[in-house]
Amino acid sequence: MISLRSERRAAGAVIARNFSLIRRYLGWELVFAFYNAVNALTIGLIGLAEPGPGQGLRVLYLSIGALLWNFLSVLFFEVSNSVMWERWEGTIEYSFMAPVRRVTYLFGVCAYAVVYGLARTIVVLVAIALFFRVPLAQADLPGALVVLAASSVPFIGLGLFGAIMPMLSAERGAQATQVIQGVILLVSGIYYPISVLPHWLQPVSWLSPATYTLSAVRGAVLQGQSVASLLPTALGLLAAGAVLVPAGLYAFAVAERYALRTGKLKRNG
Amino acid sequence: MYAIECREVRKEFRPEGESPWKRRGAKVRALDGISFTVQDGECFGILGPNGSGKSTLIRLISTLLVPDEGDVLVFGHDVRSAPMQVRRLIHRVSVEASFFKKLSAQENLDYASGLYGLERGEARARAREILMRLGLPKEKVGAPLEEMSRGQQQKVAIARALLTSPTLLLLDEPTTGLDPRSRRDVQEFIEEVRAVHSASIVLSTHDMQEAERLCDRVAIIRGGRFIALDTPANLAVRFGNGEGLEAAFLNLTGEEPNLDEEEIDG
Repeated sequence: MISLRSERRAAGAVIARNFSLIRRYLGWELVFAFYNAVNALTIGLIGLAEPGPGQGLRVLYLSIGALLWNFLSVLFFEVSNSVMWERWEGTIEYSFMAPVRRVTYLFGVCAYAVVYGLARTIVVLVAIALFFRVPLAQADLPGALVVLAASSVPFIGLGLFGAIMPMLSAERGAQATQVIQGVILLVSGIYYPISVLPHWLQPVSWLSPATYTLSAVRGAVLQGQSVASLLPTALGLLAAGAVLVPAGLYAFAVAERYALRTGKLKRNG
Repeated sequence: MYAIECREVRKEFRPEGESPWKRRGAKVRALDGISFTVQDGECFGILGPNGSGKSTLIRLISTLLVPDEGDVLVFGHDVRSAPMQVRRLIHRVSVEASFFKKLSAQENLDYASGLYGLERGEARARAREILMRLGLPKEKVGAPLEEMSRGQQQKVAIARALLTSPTLLLLDEPTTGLDPRSRRDVQEFIEEVRAVHSASIVLSTHDMQEAERLCDRVAIIRGGRFIALDTPANLAVRFGNGEGLEAAFLNLTGEEPNLDEEEIDG
């Protein structure tokens, strides 16, 4: 019981630390939020470039992509860069020397990432809602939210894989996580249907949870697909998460053992 | 039971910057058959030139590295097979006071106490008490660490370590780079911790006077091996011609005199 309380306090400490860091970097947070919102608006405006009927739906199609990518990329970035951040600050040895299970530490990181990702996405959503008059009469928003919640789980799993690389190399690891993020952006049909991808690349898109998330959320918002009809996708995403999260934790543990054996935890050694 | 028991510990590293896929150079041996014990409540010093293996040894005891060969036991717990049990007993203060620099001392200590599962209110009260005792100005507690001097940061690092009431305190050059006053504050506090909390302490340092003042026994390490281990007074007599620990250290780690390995015990 005491141990459970300790683990809860430890996860809470990681979350509180990250929110304290947001407060201290508030200027940068405002800049990021502004940039995200403006970026989403510029993408939405592409939908207005071609005159004629369907403009509103095109804006909505692109805006959904911008919103979801905002959420999923923040989630992935925060989880995968949690270790890199600690390496930059030089605190990683202290965090990893504490008597707290790694899964607890990572749970704190992931919980913060979900909350922070949602907050950043709400800012973008408000900007889109104020800027565009998007047709939402047909939308099934609960269905979209169910899919979004389910998609967090596999993305946390991917983030855990991404977190491995900065543990092994501070600089190159950060570069590698950017590459993973870029590939997901390319293949997942964020701003276009995956059918426009070259044939040889399309199978890669089937591996990305974002592909299914985008497709299902667009189904809910553009075509009004119900929660019931989206349930198989949501369950599929949860199933992918049920594989990716334990696999990510296992891979993280293997990488940590390697780091402890080779002295990679220390920034310069 | 010993606070620490090291048996024939060896550790090697690949040269820095070498890719695991393109291995060119030979491994660097950081520790080469280290064996020693630390008694419960003892303050054990490690003296050695830069790169001699002091920090590697302390990292091994801290569970931040695993030995290639040999055993490291902390109060009977193996660092390899029971790292969590070891982590509950230890804390380490390193030469670089590693913090989230934008966060205040209070926020950093809140994070540390949470990680160790401490109740926030009690931990805050205790942290303030320790920081006041160490002479950190009250108004500095809420200031970002980046606005503090090196000495003040190191005091916060010591407060962070003591917050968790470690049974074994690992101090890796805790006073390096501090001004004389801060150094004296820290040294006095280490003495107080020993007296009040009866913690076992491992102290690596370059400061001979510090070692003489604080340590019950001192090991001198060179090239990853203990080349002498005794009380400071005995080391001074045996290897320093009675001229103090510094003379002993220079004789043992410098070019001369040529000491016979048989003269040295572990």
